Amino acid sequence: MKPAADLDGFRAALRCLIADGARPHEVIWDTAPSLFAAEPGDESPPIALPRGVAEKIALLVCHRDPERYSLLYQLVWRVRHGERALPEIASDPLIHRLHGMEKSVRRDLHKMHAFVRFRRAEAEEERFVAWFEPEHFIIEATAQFFVDRFRGMYWSILTPVGSLHWDRNSLTVGPPAMKSDAPTGDAFEAGWRSYYESTFNPARLNPDVMRGHMAKKYWKNLPEAAAITDLIRSAPLRVKQMIEQQQAMPRKRDPKKAVAAMSDQAPKSLAALNRLIAASEPMVKGGTRAVLGEGPLHAPIAFVGEQPGDQEDMAGKPFIGPAGQLLDKAMAEAGIDRRAVYVTNAVKHFKFEPRGKRRIHSKPTAGEVRHYRWWLEKELDLVKPGLVVALGATAALALAGKPLAVGANRGPIVLDGRPGFITIHPSFLLRMPQEDKAMAWRQFVTDMKHIHAIAEQSRVA
Amino acid sequence: MDELLEKKLRILADAAKYDASCASSGSKGRKASKNGIGSTTGAGICHAYTPDGRCVSLLKILLTNYCLFDCAYCINRRSSNVARARFSVAEVVTLTLEFYKRNYIEGLFLSSGIIKSPDYTMEQMMRVAKNLRAQQFAGYIHLKSIPEASPWLIEQAGLFADRMSINLELPKPESLKALAPEKDSATIATAMGQMTDRIAEAKEERRRFSPAGQSTQVIVGADDASDETVLTSSAVMYSRYALRRVYYSAFSPIPEASALLSAKPPPLRRENRLYQADWLLRYYGFSVPEIAAGGTDGMLDLEIDPKLAWALKNRALFPVDVNKAAREMLLRVPGLGTRAVDAIITTRRYTRLRLADIGRLSPGIKRATPFLIAADHSPARLTDRADLRARLTPARQMSLFA
Repeated sequence: MKPAADLDGFRAALRCLIADGARPHEVIWDTAPSLFAAEPGDESPPIALPRGVAEKIALLVCHRDPERYSLLYQLVWRVRHGERALPEIASDPLIHRLHGMEKSVRRDLHKMHAFVRFRRAEAEEERFVAWFEPEHFIIEATAQFFVDRFRGMYWSILTPVGSLHWDRNSLTVGPPAMKSDAPTGDAFEAGWRSYYESTFNPARLNPDVMRGHMAKKYWKNLPEAAAITDLIRSAPLRVKQMIEQQQAMPRKRDPKKAVAAMSDQAPKSLAALNRLIAASEPMVKGGTRAVLGEGPLHAPIAFVGEQPGDQEDMAGKPFIGPAGQLLDKAMAEAGIDRRAVYVTNAVKHFKFEPRGKRRIHSKPTAGEVRHYRWWLEKELDLVKPGLVVALGATAALALAGKPLAVGANRGPIVLDGRPGFITIHPSFLLRMPQEDKAMAWRQFVTDMKHIHAIAEQSRVA
Repeated sequence: MDELLEKKLRILADAAKYDASCASSGSKGRKASKNGIGSTTGAGICHAYTPDGRCVSLLKILLTNYCLFDCAYCINRRSSNVARARFSVAEVVTLTLEFYKRNYIEGLFLSSGIIKSPDYTMEQMMRVAKNLRAQQFAGYIHLKSIPEASPWLIEQAGLFADRMSINLELPKPESLKALAPEKDSATIATAMGQMTDRIAEAKEERRRFSPAGQSTQVIVGADDASDETVLTSSAVMYSRYALRRVYYSAFSPIPEASALLSAKPPPLRRENRLYQADWLLRYYGFSVPEIAAGGTDGMLDLEIDPKLAWALKNRALFPVDVNKAAREMLLRVPGLGTRAVDAIITTRRYTRLRLADIGRLSPGIKRATPFLIAADHSPARLTDRADLRARLTPARQMSLFA
């Protein structure tokens, strides 16, 4: 076998040995370069192994123990000679030993993920280099982790058993390196050490647990470890001082005014709320800008739609697209003064899927509607409309706080304590078959008249 | 690194270190994008350990330790004379990215003192997370939410964070009132509830919203709450808010301690027993009354672990036959963890287990032996011996817990 982790070599040898029917005690495994070694040929057929065994092999060839190949061959031999369930019998001495070795390799991988410390190389281009000394032959096994994590960086990891190099596109496995090949310092190391010292709590001193997780052998390559001795030595005195120290009078004046003012933070005006909404991140995919509500405070009616569409998003105004025009028309027929009402949406951003050059409307989910609900509540609290009209199911959900079917609840209804009314969204009319349109339109206008009547009534009352 | 930035880092790391809830776990695997950095693994990675034995996984800092609140247990309360500092959003972003590139950390754990208003503070914290994501940072972000902030900020922050947490701090509402005058347990419960709903909805709709769930921290030893009170509140939170973790933080002496709470050594052993009991609640099928019954007056036994304490008081249920017993009963055997139990169940399908076999499956065999029957072992009268407790009590380490 080649030195280090020779998975291919082991696989090839395995095929030969199984084909020859070699018993485990008849095989001598050698990792030292030898004059007499026979190159195993590739002509033997591949062998089937139970699930888990192949994975075990891939991990265990990384182990430093020279006996690893011999132990693995015993495992394969026994599995193929009547003990198929062997890998599951954790109490078997061979499995127990292999399990211990597997744990050791996994631990080494884990510690390498944790304890590699990059230093920036002195170069124009940002490039990072680390020196690490793993216990087993794991550098190739660990490569994918570092690629996945530092894909957008140029980096090298140097070790006594080989090196890894990543150029943001491809990985190269190189020869063993020396510690002197890596940079000796980094501009952020002092800051990191400061952080390490500051995050330590002397009152919880427990160096044995630390050493259990971070064995001393790693310390020489960890910049922060230089602080350990002093932190341990000074801890008892620091704790004693903390406990003995009496509370001093506050040196600063009690900020009474600021304390009183801080809980008074909710937006006080519609303009303040709108500034907040406009500055916030969309909580749906797509939305480019917030489309805010429009209309006078204390409007007799507030119409709440689902979300702005393509045209609303471009203009930054609600209900100006095809559905908005239908709403205007229905209001006009019902005698509602368009300028006197307030119009807004449950979701303040246009959620869409890009398809080519077009932006296709995509319905907000119930969870997304709830993300926006607090804003809508505040908005209505500030506008104080006489009647809230839910246009469609999404608006009904947003206003009621629970799903309400439009068909079953169409008409006047109390929406989370507010006098309300549920009707269809005008876009529903745009999508329906031609023959049903006239009837649906008449119904919509009837609803509008009903809404108008309720609003008038409450105004008089 | 800039000298002023380093000075701020010292102050704001020191100010953040009493918060124990700093795991980087629970996220689904995520990889860096083509030009980005950052990945998450299920379990998280500890990049270093400090001499207190605690893991350094995330860059755990406060945005600022100026604070308008006056919580007696907190080093950063407004009446304390500690040195104060404040990071800008850009400074936290830089520190996180530069530390991350050097593989010092898994990501950021950001908390803050309350300045101006809870909303203002929470918004600044949310901006840090947002800016990091805008720079294609895919590492772990844990935001400590401010329950007094307006709900829309939670709705926003969850879009960028992997985990959100709200600290309960003290399980008894009256303690919170007495020691943290600006806090209110009902407000905390409402914020936790809001978070729970959003996380559940997003999961169902396959959207990203605090994908690693939410957690909380409870301070132990600052007030007179018993272990049973603490564990009951945890059990309620696990079921009501689907919390991923409750962290227990032994009340630690702090510089400039409040006159309301005198500084004393942290009750580390109590903290440890609470964690063990918490595990029994979540993974071993125990109830709070059962665990509490193992101790006295609502306090856990400090000398032995809670499972052993329970078993010693329920000896009639033992010994248990490892080759036959149901999983639920095996989980109740002292010294057998969930992994050992699973290994026993798999292995016994193929072979009759002897004591030596169990020894290879579990490191806690010594504690388990008096409670087990194996193919070649029966504890006979050992299970009922009067001195069994003394035989199983570990020698006390005076240096640590004196």
